[in-house]
Amino acid sequence: MFDLTGKKALVTGATGGIGGDIARALHKQGATVVLSGTRAEALDALAGELGERTHILTCNLSDAAAVDALAGQAETALGGLDILVHNAGITRDNLFMRMKDEEWDAVLQVNLTAGFRLYRSALRGMMKRRTGRLIGITSVVGVTGNPGQGNYAASKAGMIGMSKALAQEVASRGITVNCVAPGFIESPMTHALNDKQKETIIEKVPAGRLGTGGDVASAVVYLASDEASYVTGQTLHVNGGMAMI
Amino acid sequence: MSDIAERVKKIVIEHLGVDAEKVTDNASFIDDLGADSLDTVELVMAFEEEFGVEIPDDAAETILTVGDATRFLEKNAG
Repeated sequence: MFDLTGKKALVTGATGGIGGDIARALHKQGATVVLSGTRAEALDALAGELGERTHILTCNLSDAAAVDALAGQAETALGGLDILVHNAGITRDNLFMRMKDEEWDAVLQVNLTAGFRLYRSALRGMMKRRTGRLIGITSVVGVTGNPGQGNYAASKAGMIGMSKALAQEVASRGITVNCVAPGFIESPMTHALNDKQKETIIEKVPAGRLGTGGDVASAVVYLASDEASYVTGQTLHVNGGMAMI
Repeated sequence: MSDIAERVKKIVIEHLGVDAEKVTDNASFIDDLGADSLDTVELVMAFEEEFGVEIPDDAAETILTVGDATRFLEKNAG
């Protein structure tokens, strides 16, 4: 089950905690993986850890031309592209009334617009090959909202709506478009919290623990697999039960 | 029939899976050959590849029949 041998994958934001685990999981299932991110050193380290069947493409997702070129570069490096995971995301949290245009624009640009551009350019080859997996990493807050994250929540809700529209357009071509929505996941950010803060968070999670990057990556592996060919336009929530939607 | 017309016809037959005799100059991709809007996008992509040209969106919108495609490509390809 969930064998990805011979599949070709591109993961954006592969230097992040969750992105790295997604790349590891796809690779472990047999896929050849292009790691994309902004920090060359971190990409090198991950590629070194994974060994064979990896490529690196640095890309600044705020740069429209670079984003337009990325899927094509990955296709050239891999000789095709079966799986695209748009995982890269940034936050610029602020109360709504204080939120600056730049904070809004920066988050929408990377989280949503880059996804649109990447999907658009990846579709050409996928349409021709009559197969493809587009997977967006969204967030529970895209569905529930979260104070201080108007921009982030909008971008993540946008991913979900965009995926549903596209899923309907390309389903007949063997291409599925889905999202994975993590809840509270252990990351460098949650490591900075004190025990009291962590407890408060965990109280909201029926599973009684924070999620891991691996929990998210497993959901991605499923959606990327041949077994999930009849699943499209969906958002798979990976949140320990903190929001059941 | 010109070489370009032949190649256009071949692409249309292959892509839409229709009988050759239906692919006449006046045949509309959508009304006569059963194409949906995504098929027309794919046909334009296939023409671009076969003839090594770029077909801009505003031109693509005017290519509604087999003959439209042939005439556009006779003018702009090669």
